Amino acid sequence: MKTRRFIPILTLVAVVILVQLVTQVVAKEFYLTQLTMTAYYSLIVIGLCLLMGFAGQISLGHAGFFAIGGYTSAVLTTLDLSTFKDAVFVALLTKLRILTDRQDLYGHALVSVHPWAACIVAALLALVISWAIGIPVLKLKGHYLAMATLGFGIIIYSIVLGTQRFGAADGISGVPPFPLLPGISVSGGSSLRVLNYYFAWLLVTAAMILLVNLIHSRVGRALRAIHGAEDASNAMGVDTARYKLSTFMLSAVLAAIAGVFLTHFNGGIGPSEASIIKSVRYVAIVAVGGMGSLWGTLIMSVVLNFFSLRGYFGTFDDAVFGSILILIMLFAPDGIIGSDLRKLIGKLNPKSQMANNK
Amino acid sequence: MIELFFQYLVAGLTYGTIYAIVGIGFNIIYNTTGIINFAQGEFVMLGGMIAVTLHGFLPLPFAVLGAVLTTMIIGGLIEITFIRWLVKPSVLRMIIITIGLSILIREAALFTWGEGVRSLPYFTGNEISALSIGSVRISPQVVWSIGVCSIIVLLLNLFFKHTMLGREMRACAANRDAAALCGIPTRNMITLSFVLSAGIGALAGCVVSPITYTQYNIGAGLAIKGFTVAILGGLGNSMAAVAAGFILGILESFSIWVLPTAYKDTISISILLAMLFIRPSGLFGNKEAMRLKDF
Amino acid sequence: MSLLEIKNISKRFGGLQAVKDVSFSVRKGSIKAVIGPNGAGKTTLFNLVSGFLYPDVGAIIYQGVPINGKDPYEIAGYGLSRTFQHIKLFAHMTALENVMVGCHVRSRAGFLAGMLNLPWARREEQEIRDKAHAMMDLLGIAHLSGAEALSLSYGQQRAVELARALASSPTMLLLDEPAAGLNMRETADVAKLIARVRDLGITVLIVEHDMSLVMDISDEIVVLSYGEKIADDVPRAVQTNPEVVRVYLGEDDA
Repeated sequence: MKTRRFIPILTLVAVVILVQLVTQVVAKEFYLTQLTMTAYYSLIVIGLCLLMGFAGQISLGHAGFFAIGGYTSAVLTTLDLSTFKDAVFVALLTKLRILTDRQDLYGHALVSVHPWAACIVAALLALVISWAIGIPVLKLKGHYLAMATLGFGIIIYSIVLGTQRFGAADGISGVPPFPLLPGISVSGGSSLRVLNYYFAWLLVTAAMILLVNLIHSRVGRALRAIHGAEDASNAMGVDTARYKLSTFMLSAVLAAIAGVFLTHFNGGIGPSEASIIKSVRYVAIVAVGGMGSLWGTLIMSVVLNFFSLRGYFGTFDDAVFGSILILIMLFAPDGIIGSDLRKLIGKLNPKSQMANNK
Repeated sequence: MIELFFQYLVAGLTYGTIYAIVGIGFNIIYNTTGIINFAQGEFVMLGGMIAVTLHGFLPLPFAVLGAVLTTMIIGGLIEITFIRWLVKPSVLRMIIITIGLSILIREAALFTWGEGVRSLPYFTGNEISALSIGSVRISPQVVWSIGVCSIIVLLLNLFFKHTMLGREMRACAANRDAAALCGIPTRNMITLSFVLSAGIGALAGCVVSPITYTQYNIGAGLAIKGFTVAILGGLGNSMAAVAAGFILGILESFSIWVLPTAYKDTISISILLAMLFIRPSGLFGNKEAMRLKDF
Repeated sequence: MSLLEIKNISKRFGGLQAVKDVSFSVRKGSIKAVIGPNGAGKTTLFNLVSGFLYPDVGAIIYQGVPINGKDPYEIAGYGLSRTFQHIKLFAHMTALENVMVGCHVRSRAGFLAGMLNLPWARREEQEIRDKAHAMMDLLGIAHLSGAEALSLSYGQQRAVELARALASSPTMLLLDEPAAGLNMRETADVAKLIARVRDLGITVLIVEHDMSLVMDISDEIVVLSYGEKIADDVPRAVQTNPEVVRVYLGEDDA
């Protein structure tokens, strides 16, 4: 039972390594940049898959959480408190390594928040906001839920677009690298390209392990029960409101963390990351990959995001995602990969894990 | 000061009429099919854009008529192509399909007409002509907007209450299976609801475009606000949608006094969220009746 | 000893008084039936007891604890489990998984334990799986474990729903029209099952139309009519109660 779960994970790791080696061989290392970005976007999508496919709650505003993560980190790490350098509070925080001295492009000395501290703040903020929004929103169903999440996304977008502090239409740039270990940091520099690629995919792998475990656990079953027949699951002792909220919060934090790291990788963030069209894109990917299938969603995320980032869709980017949404919903509402993948696995394993297990 | 107040008021009423019409469009389709059509705002956009194009070689009244008819045909085609043959689709599926449709229409508009802002000429007079009502001066186009939209609402009311077709549509909304058993061609009723919604949206789009301008991407924002209006008045209740439209338009207009314009959109969203959380049946809606509807 | 006490419960929907000042109690270890013509308020009563509706007035006491106003999942935690009149099995899940959800209320593994796949959570999962199997075995449907729940026949689905309700180790089982849609032989099987449930020490409250089933297995019967209680007695007494006979005259009761 356990090994069956880990085969796809090991396959993922193998593929990740293989792809990197291939790019080295064919001297197309720059593909790694898009693949790294794809990894971060995939974090959002798999969290959304858990929310939509398993807990059955649609969210048309998830780009909002990505933006919360990214902008929080961007603002805090580009903050300059050097004028307060002598204040006791600032000195204390610097000692605690929460604030850090650094230099900007022109060699000026700055005091900003250390990226690790900023990351934690960003995650906590996403947790709090998703909790506060989730409580009333998740009481809604169907269209109302969709509209409420859409509304949330629009509010976040309006805020980041309209506020000077967040750079308004230009966003925030000059975001410093995120130091992980001595010599390794998340940033866009080409010398760190390979390391960044592996780090990003490490995050995705870790997230997949956690989520796959969750799905196969008691909680995962409870989520599917909620999706299958909410009243009955309630009668069986499942605290449906709490589970939906927890899933919502989990997916929000995943999106926020993706936002943090992608912002450091890109060195900046702009309001387009919070736009509704991005949220719709994430929903499209989950729909195509199969709402009930984490792996299907991940595969589609890689394919679609990579193509989009490399510009293969040209100016028709949005139109492509829009068409995908329609086509999938019309012809394959369970997603193209989702149901087929499971059937395939079912054929390979006569006793699949989901069925009779004595 | 008083003059400023009235300017804001008039602006609010003008935008309010569009919001109301989009809200009514939502209601018509929702009443007949139970679907919330996220692409509703695009009909307004299409009306304005097509009219401007037609105006290039047709006199204004025919351009408007042509635009309305074309948009109605588009609405009908959308229903026939994408929605008609779905068998008991889930709410989620319908939401995603209509969102996809709204994106496609928007991208098609971008492709056809580019990013530019366009508008029809004023129906009577021009940008600086003004009617005086007491000490207040209003543009005649505002009168056109409010007038045309009021007539739309009146005609719709008459249609649904006093014509056979209108009654058939209402029967369809109340209970589709029962209506089918009575011999009402329910599938055509659904197509008709799309055609009707598209038509009134397009007409509203034409009549306000001299004031508010039209651009390929105004559809999404209008859809949100139209939905807010529909919810505010109580989903399915079109008379209430009119009142709600005015309320929203005026609130938005006066919000400039307290909030920077960049945050104007947040007003309608906040109202929407507040309604959804506190009283989803709407200001004028019926709580029990709402529970009966399947979401 | 009364396991469940219903005290002066009333519920109205708009202009309709669905349940009016109903009181009765259910003795521990017994089987009690609630019967009445259509529209008598039986299902409303069930929804009130299981937490899907809140009473306007009155109290519902379970094992000494007031449960009115609590959510269904909380009530399940107190040991009250139920089935539904229109079968509510979980879509896209196998029969076994459906039954396993029944064990949810007696297990603990949460988000963190699940994500990290902790050993104690794995052990608990195995216990849940075993218990679910045992329940399905008890009802003779163990061979259906791997089947997609909604693809089963009506009678089989009913059995799965019952297994699911039993999997939570309830002290009291609420059965909502367990014989609905079943033929005579299947109904007799259901009667045997219910008796077995009672023998396991579980108290049973059942809403039912089928008179043969009710008369056969109930220790006591409550009769509702237009939301009011008109009888609360042993089966033989209820059968000869003139008020009950009057209310049922002309009713199709088999």
